[in-house]
Amino acid sequence: MIRVTWILLLLVSLHRAASAETVAIRGGTILTGAGETIENGVVLIRDGKIAAVGTNVSVPADAELIDASGQFVMPGIIDAHSHIAAESINEGSVAVSSMTGIEDVLDPTDVDIYRELAGGVTTSNVLHGSANPIGGKNAVIKHRWGKDAKGLLFEGALPGIKFAMGENPKRSRGQGPAARYPETRMGVIDVIRQAFTEARAYQKEWKEYEEKKRGGAKGLSAPRRDLELEPLVEILEGKRLVHAHCYRADEILQLLRVAEEMGFRIATLQHVLEGYKVAKEIREHGAGASTFSDWWAYKIEAYDAIPYNAALMVEKGVLVSINSDSAEEARHLNQEAAKTMKWGGLTEDQALALITINPATQLRIDDRVGSIEVGKDADIAIFDKHPLSVYAVAQKTLVDGEVYFDRGLDLVRRAETEARRKELLERAKGGSR
Amino acid sequence: MVSTLLGAVLATVAALADGPDSYAVTGARILIGTGEVIENGVLVVDDGLIVSVGAVGERVQVPEGAWVIDAAGKTVYPGFIDALSTLGLGSKPREEATPAGRDETIARGPDDRPGTYSYKAAADELTLSDERVVKWRSAGFTSAATVPDQGIFSGQATFINLAGEREREMVVRTPVGLRVNFTRPGSGRSFPGSLMGVLAYVKQAFADAAHYRESWAAYEAAPLGKPRPTYDRTLEPLARAQSDGWPVLLPAHEAHEIERAIGLASELGVKPVLYGVHEGYAAAETLSAAGVPVLVSLKWPARDKDADPDAEDPLRVLELRERAPSTPGALEKAGVRFGLYTDGVEKPEEATLNLRKAVAAGLSRERAVKALTIDAAAIFGLEDRLGSLEPGKIANFFVASGDLFEEGTKIETVFVDGKKYEVRGGDE
Repeated sequence: MIRVTWILLLLVSLHRAASAETVAIRGGTILTGAGETIENGVVLIRDGKIAAVGTNVSVPADAELIDASGQFVMPGIIDAHSHIAAESINEGSVAVSSMTGIEDVLDPTDVDIYRELAGGVTTSNVLHGSANPIGGKNAVIKHRWGKDAKGLLFEGALPGIKFAMGENPKRSRGQGPAARYPETRMGVIDVIRQAFTEARAYQKEWKEYEEKKRGGAKGLSAPRRDLELEPLVEILEGKRLVHAHCYRADEILQLLRVAEEMGFRIATLQHVLEGYKVAKEIREHGAGASTFSDWWAYKIEAYDAIPYNAALMVEKGVLVSINSDSAEEARHLNQEAAKTMKWGGLTEDQALALITINPATQLRIDDRVGSIEVGKDADIAIFDKHPLSVYAVAQKTLVDGEVYFDRGLDLVRRAETEARRKELLERAKGGSR
Repeated sequence: MVSTLLGAVLATVAALADGPDSYAVTGARILIGTGEVIENGVLVVDDGLIVSVGAVGERVQVPEGAWVIDAAGKTVYPGFIDALSTLGLGSKPREEATPAGRDETIARGPDDRPGTYSYKAAADELTLSDERVVKWRSAGFTSAATVPDQGIFSGQATFINLAGEREREMVVRTPVGLRVNFTRPGSGRSFPGSLMGVLAYVKQAFADAAHYRESWAAYEAAPLGKPRPTYDRTLEPLARAQSDGWPVLLPAHEAHEIERAIGLASELGVKPVLYGVHEGYAAAETLSAAGVPVLVSLKWPARDKDADPDAEDPLRVLELRERAPSTPGALEKAGVRFGLYTDGVEKPEEATLNLRKAVAAGLSRERAVKALTIDAAAIFGLEDRLGSLEPGKIANFFVASGDLFEEGTKIETVFVDGKKYEVRGGDE
């Protein structure tokens, strides 16, 4: 019982520190992500927002102080491709699963939310899987560990959806009546074209109804709502971002072309391992590219990949991010970004941008996060060494100015958690006898 | 008083039921179920209903010819309600979801209405040959909300009394709700193959139901010159759940599932009753703020008997097991209305024992009884006719040897619709 109280006290004190209206992070090297590195600087946070950044910032007497002397303060890391905190990922039974959504199945108790905070991650784009040419809706979340599902949602983030090309969506699912169309790459494109043709008709049906209604027509029946087509209409109207899983250069071009033909844009190409071959076309379409640092050859279509992919696309003017697609890899995205300096010679700023402002821009949340600038959300990671060093370990991670991860507290809590576990196990044994 | 006109008929029924119409249970401690307790009381029953209840010596009229049951030293409780069950629907083994293979029916989307049996009313599927009816009754359960449990929309709930000469006599009211399960009806190859697919389907089905209702309303208002909408037996009950406010029973065990179900219900435009609710201790304030009633499963989470003895359970799981029995107490404190259900235990006595754990974890005895009686009745809108021992209500009650929360207390006699059933004690 005493132990439990101790944990509660810790939590309460953590919460107090966090909810202080004004917080000042002092003494560290600030990598603003906005083209500036400030030695021995101050980040002043008020009501969850960044109020001031610089060396000459006056800190109010009542401010909660975070000492970052000798440490590195950077914008919270943003993972543009994640599958954490969700109780299901793939609705693989149908070729178009746009009626489904990650938001419906968010699990705020998934410990990966916390573990990624321990790697400096503050925002994740939680995507549906890649089983369908047109998959389900995504959820952009902030890692507000301890909040309920609604509390995780990145309020105001433009909604998105998953598309997928290649082996995953065309892979045969079952035999006989259980087999699912499509089974070829051309079938994948056909599914997308067909779905948007239907979405256009659906959009028209509703527009006509709304117009008649506005005109005062009586006895009108509204068309049936189709939850599969509604998100596709949103894509056509620019209200929903398309995040498309793809590998090969030919299918990347196929996708860009069918999108242009149907009248919408691809927001991000995900994985995009052969993006370096068609970087110019990607840039011209206006798509972002979110790729791995050096992860490939796990299937045939992922063979023609090179570690220079990210750097080459950056050079060609593509908006590039490095993502994880993995709860493990997400915990060291800083190192993944660093690899682009070795393979491709990106600068420190360019490398950091791959996991901060670039994914923020790809997700259209760059007005809120992605850099340490006045007015932005105070989503901040503090590392003991330069975050692009393999020796760097995150010490504190803040979301909206609140400390959600504190390595010092974490070390204390590990022992408490283990003690509680043992206590419960003992009690369970007693009960079953 | 029984009308003399019906006297002859009733006599026949009474003979069949092996007992008279009128009883006076005297000398017992009587829990009315409203919170009031009468020491040394009299409870008079006639023709299936409670006629009067009061203390011995008060003017409690005992009808002529009533059988007097001396219950001195005993305790009378209102009959318990198993608030979510398949009682009376037969105890045949549950149908397993069709495995993937040649025979599997593949649903290609919401239009195929996967796992949808919303047209099935429990009332039409009742069978007295379900041996659980007697078992449950012998444990003090006189009523149950019962509903098929297979599929996503598994059927319409019926509120039944656990006795009758014929199945139809068991029915107290139907329908009293619509049961939804977040289960996949087939393999992953059939839609929906995931939890988010199931939720998407439930949303589409209710959107279709709303459209169905509006289409018919528009047609009925001016049928001339319009094609009529197509009848759909799966959508009719969903549309009625929306328009008539049927309780829609939604599963929710953990706190985040509770939050999810509350959000879903408001999106669907239905009145939710959540069932399961083992982590209700962490969501009591949420439920209270939303004004959503719940049915708490009395089958507390436990380690699977076949679990690998070397596998270590995560802290979260251990906490849930430890704290689940504190849910009823937490709900009581937060002012959340809740009923209880036995959730497929083999012996109903297990559920009663599990309820004692909830009492040990903070639930008041008074609320424990209410949760099993008047509160459960109120969740289904039937508190005006049963759930407490007030005059005029259905005579569902039982006589126990003492306080139910004490060790060794036995249930001796059970009355359902005013008919007396002796509990055949002992192990079979």
